[in-house]
Amino acid sequence: MNLKVFTGRWAVVGGFVLAAVLLLVVAPALLSSFRLGLLGKYLCYAMVAVGIGLAWGRGGMLVLGQGVFFGLGAYIMAMHLKLADAPASTGVPDFMALISSDGVPVWWEPFRSGVVTIIAVLLVPPAVAVLLGLATFRRRVRGAYFAILSQALAAAFAILLIGNPRSTGGSTGLNNFKGFFGFSLRDPANRLMLYIIAAVSLLAMVALARQLMVSRYGELLVACRDAEERVRFLGYDPAVVKTVAYAVAAVMAGVAGALFVPIVGIISPNDVGIIPSIGLLVGVAVGGRTTLLGPVLGAIAVAWAETSLSERFPSGWTYAQGLLFVLVVAFLPGGLASLRSVLRGWRERRRPPRAAEEPPVPSLSGSSR
Amino acid sequence: MEILLSQLFNGLSGGSILLLAALGLALTFGQMGVINMAHGEFIMAGAYTAFVVQGVLGDAGLSLLVSLPTAFVVGGLLGLALEALLLRRMYHRPLDTLLVTFGVSLVLQQLARDVFGTAGVDVAAPGWLSGPVEVLGFTFPKTRLFILVIAVAAVVLLSALLAFTSLGRRIRATVQNRALAESSGISTRRTDRTTFFVGSGLAGVAGVALTLMGSISSNLGTAYIVDAFLVVVVGGIGQIKGAVIAAFVLGVAQSWIEYSTTASIAKVAVLALIVVFLQARPQGIFVVRTRSLV
Repeated sequence: MNLKVFTGRWAVVGGFVLAAVLLLVVAPALLSSFRLGLLGKYLCYAMVAVGIGLAWGRGGMLVLGQGVFFGLGAYIMAMHLKLADAPASTGVPDFMALISSDGVPVWWEPFRSGVVTIIAVLLVPPAVAVLLGLATFRRRVRGAYFAILSQALAAAFAILLIGNPRSTGGSTGLNNFKGFFGFSLRDPANRLMLYIIAAVSLLAMVALARQLMVSRYGELLVACRDAEERVRFLGYDPAVVKTVAYAVAAVMAGVAGALFVPIVGIISPNDVGIIPSIGLLVGVAVGGRTTLLGPVLGAIAVAWAETSLSERFPSGWTYAQGLLFVLVVAFLPGGLASLRSVLRGWRERRRPPRAAEEPPVPSLSGSSR
Repeated sequence: MEILLSQLFNGLSGGSILLLAALGLALTFGQMGVINMAHGEFIMAGAYTAFVVQGVLGDAGLSLLVSLPTAFVVGGLLGLALEALLLRRMYHRPLDTLLVTFGVSLVLQQLARDVFGTAGVDVAAPGWLSGPVEVLGFTFPKTRLFILVIAVAAVVLLSALLAFTSLGRRIRATVQNRALAESSGISTRRTDRTTFFVGSGLAGVAGVALTLMGSISSNLGTAYIVDAFLVVVVGGIGQIKGAVIAAFVLGVAQSWIEYSTTASIAKVAVLALIVVFLQARPQGIFVVRTRSLV
């Protein structure tokens, strides 16, 4: 028993080191600067996916509005970069000076400071998540209701961004960044540095998610997903347990958004609205929502497939994405991670394939009829 | 005061559109717990049905009257296909139906873009619906009044169906206690299918009504689906009157807040109000009492 834990732990450390070598040494050596930038973008989606795996796969909360937290992190970072790029004489970013002469809105001013920006990236998304999480979970609003509310949040956020073109760039969003905390974004060395930051952040988030999953808290989270009332009867508060997971997922999405901005060079409502927000779930579902690495690998694979498919067939990706949702969620709810056990179940022929070690259903609410 | 009243009319009109979009959802969500994101695309299908029917018939007035029942059948058949092919096997995991139907909605949207093009198409309104009409001293576009009439008619017909027909009794029994309904000899399978047909058909009718509001494009459904779901959340599950009240309250609230601020701020404010409202009534305005814990 002890030995098993021991080898298990070394397997985890070994796998982690292997992933670190692949991401930090092999990928930069093999890929061109352009491809490395693309990989950096996929890593940002993978960070969001780690959080979704925690909240949805482990906690049973169908989070349809992660684009909001991604967008909050991204827009906070983008505002700082725009202000830093602004000509010193006026201090007004280029797109604002084009639209009107009123100067910079008051709520932009704090983001002139890099320190404030980083703190805001880390604190604003979880603050919003805690607010919505406590307001809903404490009143036992859950299941479909929570999913719809989180989705409505994404819709409202996108509408708010589009509706205020003077301060948010409207539907074009914010783009054309020149520097990142004083480093020129034109320089390939700095772009490599950004990639490294993204890779290290992703590795750190995976490590954090792993520790949360194996801890007592992780057990509680799964318990909340599978039998929330029993957790309550045992004296725990499921609202707090779920809100923590939701807030952690929000931090991950926020950091991902903040790194997405300098790596990709644009953030617009098209990256944060309803459809992109649900789109973030495809990779998680494909990889296996309840596993640790499934969401990460799934998100990277799906993002890669999106880029290479839409290069060749512009409208093909939408069909592929839709079909992926349908096929994976309807017929392989455990994702590719569960493929082996599903196949084994088929081979045995004793049990129907669906009964074969199907991962627990995310939430049972709504089935109370 | 006058502005307040005219905004009230605007709100009622907006509410009637919301209601048409949400009515079918309230029915299917209430009975089966299925969250059908493709409902918005059934609305879109209804709108394109009106476009096609007008292309065939030509006359605007006649085609409007023909496309209402046609769109009901088109929407209903789409819903039936969705239920039979996918949702049937997923009733034990309602949250996953949301993602599956979202996938379906992506495919349907792209299909519409490939068939009808990305630019919006227009459906001409018949002559007897053009121009304004005076109601209590306020001018009001006739098309909006017509949508209000359709919404009210849909509610009346649906309520009558639920209250007086044997199908309605079966639906109500299934909503209240599925297991007991089944053991009393009701085929809940067949009831589910019929409910899905009716609910999706109503989406088709909503689509025809929306053609009177402006040009239609492939993202017509996306614009309404979230608001329609919010109506269902606020209204509560399993009863039509909840959806009716919620739709008009949200419509009027949106219109009043919009008047004093902007459309985008009104959207956010209405969402905040909904979250606050759910603090007081987490299950919506009306609740079908059950003794289950979940």
